Amino acid sequence: MSAPVDSRTVYRLRPGWRLQWEEAQGRHVLLYPEGMVQLNDSAGAILSLLDGERDVSALIDELTRRYPEAPSGELAQDVRDFLADASQQGWIHHD
Amino acid sequence: MTEIARSQTSEAHGIGAPLWLLAELTYRCPLQCAYCSNPLDFAAYRDELTTGEWIDIMRQARAMGAVQLGFSGGEPLVRRDLETLVGEARRLGFYTNLITSALGLDEARIMALREAGLDHIQISLQAGDADMAAAVAGSPKAHAKKLAMARAVKAAGYPMVLNVVLHRHNIDDLDAIIALCDSLGADAVELANCQMYGWAQLNREGLLPSREQLEVAEATTARWRERLAAKGRDMRLLFVVPDYYAERPKACMGGWGAIFMTVAPDGAVLPCHSARMLPMSFPNVRERRLREIWYDSEPFNRYRGDAWMRSPCRDCDERKRDFGGCRCQAYLLTGDPAATDPVCEYSPHHGLIEAAREAASTDPRRVEQLTPRSVHESQVFCRQ
Repeated sequence: MSAPVDSRTVYRLRPGWRLQWEEAQGRHVLLYPEGMVQLNDSAGAILSLLDGERDVSALIDELTRRYPEAPSGELAQDVRDFLADASQQGWIHHD
Repeated sequence: MTEIARSQTSEAHGIGAPLWLLAELTYRCPLQCAYCSNPLDFAAYRDELTTGEWIDIMRQARAMGAVQLGFSGGEPLVRRDLETLVGEARRLGFYTNLITSALGLDEARIMALREAGLDHIQISLQAGDADMAAAVAGSPKAHAKKLAMARAVKAAGYPMVLNVVLHRHNIDDLDAIIALCDSLGADAVELANCQMYGWAQLNREGLLPSREQLEVAEATTARWRERLAAKGRDMRLLFVVPDYYAERPKACMGGWGAIFMTVAPDGAVLPCHSARMLPMSFPNVRERRLREIWYDSEPFNRYRGDAWMRSPCRDCDERKRDFGGCRCQAYLLTGDPAATDPVCEYSPHHGLIEAAREAASTDPRRVEQLTPRSVHESQVFCRQ
């Protein structure tokens, strides 16, 4: 089981990894030594907002502002689930 | 280079983009590893692509959708224009990987490469101790140099992957090898059992481990994974089983001409770095554009998809997963590049794999007695 995601945690990409929009693929990709994760739209949207300053609640607020049509309870839970999973996979770190 | 999803981008012809470009800048290398994957006749290729030609290749590949770029060789640090190439690659948006022995590296160069935008350095180690490393690489000083440079690479803030080629002479020392990688601060370690191409094929019986050795090594790796997890150390261990002991053939390169493209030092464009030994000639980027080579050339289309397959692959459900295995291995073992990879138990030639394992079990040679990869030895193959 993944650890619960604290609202005040500030996640950032793992050092040396890079998030990039790939026009040829029409999506964000996460690039790391000799490999690549091809991200779906929501994963790309979430990771794009990890700027090293926003904590989880600010991240959820920003996503809610950008995607007002999404049911807000579901959105918050989806973001937390994704962050827990991405953290478990080693894509993102926090201090 | 294993963890890349299959390309889902496709042009009108249904052929995916080459997401991976391997730039083999040179076949020159100061080391003499008897399992080198360079062609046996590497000494015949002396007319290396220029800086300008490489920049043009990178631009073409990037425009086609390539995003991962490996600078390899030979030893890529032999090229004095490496920093220039890295800088241009990074400006183009590639994720840049340097795949190196670390010979030719120093702290100034580490910083210059960092400044140029290099994303990652992969360093090869030959063993866990200096004596075995010297016997494998033919250089008494290389091991200490590698350790010093690995520390400097981490100190400079790079992610670092260590690659250790395993074979019968060093695999029993795996515990010490992993401990060394841990102490060097590696982010990931590729424990890559030697595959039988190039010089390794030449020295095959002197390199293949026994099944018992392999089982002990896998158990050691599993134990280390638990130990690393318990102490919260994030160092991934990737254990690559030798094809000769694999249960199923590997999905070589994710399929022929599917996601991976190699440009050799002389400009030959290949579906993988071993393919130039096949009995076919490959297009050269000095004569044709990369896009035309990738999508339209006969060699890149010859083993794409599954229309070329024969029995047993043709009628096998696993063809979608393993693409019939490796064309080079099929050719090396059966003389027919369109045969089923003999690694597969359904191959009528699978007995060749069993016979090689048997022959290896009685090969008495020490690692120093194998044929070293060297210009002198290579010239023998150039004449053939």
